[in-house]
Order: sequence, then C-alpha cells, then structure tokens
Amino acid sequence: MSKPDTHHEPLIRITKNVGMPMWKAWLVRIAAVVIALVVCAGFIVILTRINPFEFYKVMIRGNFGTKRKIWSMLQNLAMMLCVALALTPAYKMRFWNIGAEGQVLMGAAATTFLMIHLGNSLNPWILIPLMAIVSMICSAVWAVIPAIFKAYFNTNETLFTLMMNYVATQFVAFLITFWEGQKGSNTVGIINGTTQGGWLPTIGGQKYLFNILIVFALTVFMYIYLKYSKHGYEISVVGESENTARYIGINVKKVIIRTVALSGAICGIAGLLLVAGSGHTISTETAGGRGFTAIMVSWLAKFNPLVMILTSFIVVFFERGASEIATAFGLNVKMADILTGIILFFIIGSEFFINYKVHFRSRHTEGGNK
Amino acid sequence: MKKFLAILLAAMLVFTLAACGGNSEETTTSDENTSQEATDIDYSSVKVGYIFLHDPTDSTYDKNFQNAVDEVKEKLGLKDEQILVRSGIPETEECKDTALELVDEGCNVIFADSFGHEQFIMEAAKECPEVAFYHATGTSASTSGIENFHNAFASIYEGRYLAGIAAGMKINEMIEKGEIKAEDAKIGYVGAFPYAEVISGYTSFFLGARSVCESATMEVKYTNSWFDEAAERTQAIALIDDGCILISQHADSPGAPRACEERKVPNVAYNVNTIDLGPTTAIISSKINWAPYMEMIIKAAATGEKVDTDWCGTIATGSVELTELNKDVAAEGTQEAIDKAIEEFKAGTLKVFDCSKFTVDGKHLETYTEAYGLEGQECIATENGVTFFNESSIISAPYFGIIIDGITAVENA
Repeated sequence: MSKPDTHHEPLIRITKNVGMPMWKAWLVRIAAVVIALVVCAGFIVILTRINPFEFYKVMIRGNFGTKRKIWSMLQNLAMMLCVALALTPAYKMRFWNIGAEGQVLMGAAATTFLMIHLGNSLNPWILIPLMAIVSMICSAVWAVIPAIFKAYFNTNETLFTLMMNYVATQFVAFLITFWEGQKGSNTVGIINGTTQGGWLPTIGGQKYLFNILIVFALTVFMYIYLKYSKHGYEISVVGESENTARYIGINVKKVIIRTVALSGAICGIAGLLLVAGSGHTISTETAGGRGFTAIMVSWLAKFNPLVMILTSFIVVFFERGASEIATAFGLNVKMADILTGIILFFIIGSEFFINYKVHFRSRHTEGGNK
Repeated sequence: MKKFLAILLAAMLVFTLAACGGNSEETTTSDENTSQEATDIDYSSVKVGYIFLHDPTDSTYDKNFQNAVDEVKEKLGLKDEQILVRSGIPETEECKDTALELVDEGCNVIFADSFGHEQFIMEAAKECPEVAFYHATGTSASTSGIENFHNAFASIYEGRYLAGIAAGMKINEMIEKGEIKAEDAKIGYVGAFPYAEVISGYTSFFLGARSVCESATMEVKYTNSWFDEAAERTQAIALIDDGCILISQHADSPGAPRACEERKVPNVAYNVNTIDLGPTTAIISSKINWAPYMEMIIKAAATGEKVDTDWCGTIATGSVELTELNKDVAAEGTQEAIDKAIEEFKAGTLKVFDCSKFTVDGKHLETYTEAYGLEGQECIATENGVTFFNESSIISAPYFGIIIDGITAVENA
C-alpha cells in the first residue's frame, strides 16, 4: 500500500475557539449539566435498579423537600458564595489564592476566641462588630503573608497559599486543645449555649437569615467594587499585564497586597458566619472544603459575583442532592462524593468545548489512508 | 468511523436507560416477608431515626450500631420505612439539622452514636419535647434537666478486661515458647483521643492482661481522630517497631488489625470480629452490643414506658460481649479463663479497677474526686471487701481518666 501524497492529518485536531456567542456557550454548559445528570442517574440505576425518575425526584426533594431543607440549602449556598466572593478579587488579578480554607479557619478561630473570652461579658452591640473586625483582620493577615512574598520576591502563590491551609488546620487543632470541653475529647461543643453570647441575631425566627442577608449584601458590594470602582479597574489591569499596569502608573505591589487582604478579610467574614452565625462551635472541619470548591464556583462564573449566585446554587444543589440519594438508596456516603465528582467533571469539561474547537479528520482523507 | 462511534455511544445510552426502566418494578415488593413475631406490642406507630458519625460500611464503630439496628428491626418485625439511617453526620450544626429533619419525616425516636453529637442532640431535644432523643457515650443527660434526652453506654471496661485476659494468655504462651522474654512483654495500644472514654478502655484492657501476665507493660499512641485508617496503621507499626509484641486499639478503622496481620503481631480488636482481616493474628474483640438498648427504646416508644435518663448496659443485660475467639491464634485455656472471670464479675467478687491491683505514681488510690464533669464526687467505693474505682456508676459514660503505672501514653506522638 503506497502512501498517498496528501499531508497527514491527525484524527482529532484541536483549535482555539474565539468568540463563541454567549448563548451558545450557555447552551454547551446546560448540555453538560443534562448529560452529567443522565450519567449519574444511569450509574445509580445500574447499582440500585430504581426508576431513573425517582433519582431526580430524590435529588430535588433533598434540596426543597421541607422548609427546613430549603433554609439549610440557602445557608449552604450563602456560605459557598461567601468564600467564592472572597476568592474573586484575587483571581481577577490572576493571584491564585487556594488558601481560602485556611483563611476561613483563621477567621473562625478569631471569632471563637472572642466568643469564649468575651461572649458573656461584653454588650453584643460592641462584641459582634468587634468579632467581625478581628476575624477579618486575622484572615487578612493570613492571606497577606503569601501576598507579600509574591509582591516582593515573586514566590509561587499557589503553593504558598495551599501550604498555609495545613498550617491553619494544625493551628486550629492546637487551639481546640484549650477550648475543648472534656480534656482530650477534641470536642469544643456549643459555645455559650445557654447565654447565646456572641451569637449572630436570628431574624424572624430564622437562624440562617442573617447570614444569607450579609452574603447577599457582600455580593452586591463585590459586583460594584469590581465593575465600577477604581480598585476594580486596577485589579483587572494587573491581572491582564503587570507591565501595562506599571506603565500606566499603578503601584503593582500595593494592588496585590491590598486585593489579597480584601480576599482574606472576606474569608474572615465566612469564618465569622460559620461559627457565630450557624455552627456555634469550631473544629478543623469548620470550613468544610468550601475553600477549595469555591475556586470552581468563582471560576465557572467567570469572576462575575452575580453569576456566582447561580454557580454556587448548582454546586450546592448537586452536593446536597447527591447526599440525599446516598441516604435514600442506602448507599455509602462516599457515593455522594462520587456523584458530585461526576457532575463537576462534566461542568468543568464543558469549558473545554467552549474554549476550543475539536475537528475530526474528514472522511475524504480517512479514505485516502486505506 | 466517527459516525460509528456516535451511534455506538447513543446505543449505549439508550440501553442504560432501557435497562433501568425495565428493572424498576422489581424493587417495590422486597420487604414483605420479614419474620412477623407474635408480640402483644404494636410497633406500627414507632419510627426511629439514627444518626451515625461515619458510614457503617467504612467504620467498625458505626457498623456495630448498624448491626444492632438490623438485629432489632428483624426481631421486632419493623418495616423498612420505620427505620431511617443518616450516616456521615459530622459533629456540627448539621447534626442538629439532621435530627430535626428526621423529626420532620415523622420519627418519634432519634438515636445518635457519637460523643460529639451530644450537644446538638440536646438542642434538638429542647426544640421537640414530644420526640425521645437518645445519645450513646454522652455525659450530660443526668444533669441536663431535659426530660426527653437520654444517655446510654455499657460497662465496656469489663469486656475490655476480658479481652485483656485473652491478650495476657497469649503473651504468656509467647514467653513459654521462648519467643520473647518476660520483661519484654510490652503491649501496644492505638487510641483515638486522650480522654476518659479511651483511657478507661486501655486501662481496663491492660489490667486484664496483667491479671494473667504480671510483667506486662503498655505503650499508648494516639491518632487524634476516630477514623483515620492511615494514622491508625502508622501508629500500630510505630508501636511494633518500638518493641510491642501485641497490639490493641480503640479507633474505628481496620488500620491497626491490618498492620498487625502484615507484621504477624497478635491483635485484640474492638466492636467487630476481625478474624477475616487477620486470620493468623486476630485473637478476640470486645464489643458493646447495642441491640438490648435499641430494643428497649423502641418498646418504650410503643408502650409509652419511661427509659432511664442515663442507662448503663452490662454483661448481664447482654450489652457487653466478646466476639468469637480465634482458636488458631489464642492460647490454650483462654476461653476457660474468660468464663471464670465472667462468673466472678456476676458474683461481684471481681472488680476491674480494683485499687489494690494498680498504682498511680507509686501509690494505691484511696480517694478520687477529680473525674471530669463529676468534680467533688467520690469515685472510689468498697463492695464485698474490694475497694475499687466505681466506673460507669455515677454516669454511664466512662470517667476513669487516670494514667496508671505501667502504662506510658504519649500525647500527640
């Protein structure tokens, strides 16, 4: 068989896809979610032999089944959104802060400290703002440490912030040895359970409503800050090109440190809300992996705080739904992680098809190779 | 080629969906033929919600509860929908939310299995006074004043003492065979957290072992987690490398028993039979059988009877058990020695924490009033001429939190 003299074309070719219209991009994303759901259902159906429609029903019931479930879904959404909002300014600047987990924990630790030591003596009108300020400062300091190294020594912020997570986790584990109820039990228990000192207020009998309102306000603030403020403009310029930023007279070091401090401070708010606003206790699991999941939430929303409401909802909905499915069908709780993994795989995978075009070798050249 | 692939994929998808559709009817009628025991009590009004810290398929601790749930369900002829299990529930606000959700779903009995769940269950109990809440291993019910909140535990220290006898017999056999010298009889123990529940456990195990092998000593290492297979394995291996010739553990993963089987070091386990994991090394396990308690609380819900606010199961109630003795590994005469000790427990002549049998800083305990949560209360009692630390009698949860001579415990090692 002699080779034809046509040039050899690979079976699959990938090219950058510029300018896919917005509606088409969203169509691809929706398709990805639909396919993910079909695959998940298929997977569960093979394992449990249930009716596939039951699968979707349980998923929705897990989120919206009762009033309590709706509130708890909204609370999770708010917390996820809060951490995602925290990451966003840093990401817009191309500072890959993956240390939100640790930054949230530092804020949580600061809140716990004040609740335990001042919760029953200080007036709540002073105490709660103080808790907010201190936890924001603690988290901001934790975040700024890698930022200073980045700004002055150009260290890799991804690794640096990641490592800071482990330091924070161990630090909180250490603090717990002072705060735990029974020595050695590793359980702090509910802080100020009887006096409710330092607990964030409940509004209209809804314990999560205050958290949700705070995060909503934060979302609006972040949208305006990034889109209309001078700071927001500086952030995008530094993100696009540090040299351009320098050329037009932006103090790059200052912008990096200021922005990461803001990122950390909002993580501090997340820590505050998780301890004083809902959990009323602390453990090394307080951040609950949100620091990592939020990276994706922020990224998928293209760093747009308003779109992040939707992406947080998608992630929270699937996580909760998957866990409901695991309980409803008597599967191992890790099955929920598997399902979440499958869904996220498709959602993230869809970005590939938005950013790139895939070309298959045409039939003509394929024939030529025979 | 491309089209073919596309068709193949499409066909696969269709088949998957078709397969599901076809099989869906089979599932509906599976729980009809449960053994309907002829009892006078009508259990149809009872719906129990269980909250487990980890998934029972992973964690031996939660598996032990799940086994009791299954046993009682079968025994009382409860239907699937009368039992709701929520596993993997952390010791956070989520625990309270889960409890309240179970109430929303119609549960009138709620049971949580982990120490750290307690305060969240108490909060839920305050909000739902019509629902009975039960919490295993907790310490607060007797003083909380919440009428519908209960604690339960079992005198597992007796079970551990018995398992300790099996360990001591094995060590004696090793000494007799010349495998080790008497002064090298060091036991290794992998504990979860350094507090009374764990300390009481290993002390009773150690005292059991030393009751038959006088030269025994023990080294304890903690994992600072209830479930961390890698850490439990690492600590078990560290203990073996440190010269321990027998390992036991109080943590919930199969990490330590597996490490022992690899290193061919005998192991005494907790809560589940580990002979499958270590056919040539597993000796025996002590366990709490939660079935008697679960049966009691379900009966109470059906009949409206009251359950003790703080209940402690014993060998007599069937709550403290030993799993099957692995005859291939255990020393000869182990079963007889255990049976003899059980008789003495029943007669009240043998006490695990007999003050004459151990010393603290070289002295025998005469008084002890510093137990956590029981400050000021005397824990030392005398019965049948034996002066002993009266474990699990003031409250059901263990409060023996003293490191005795012969045991070296390194925190956060």
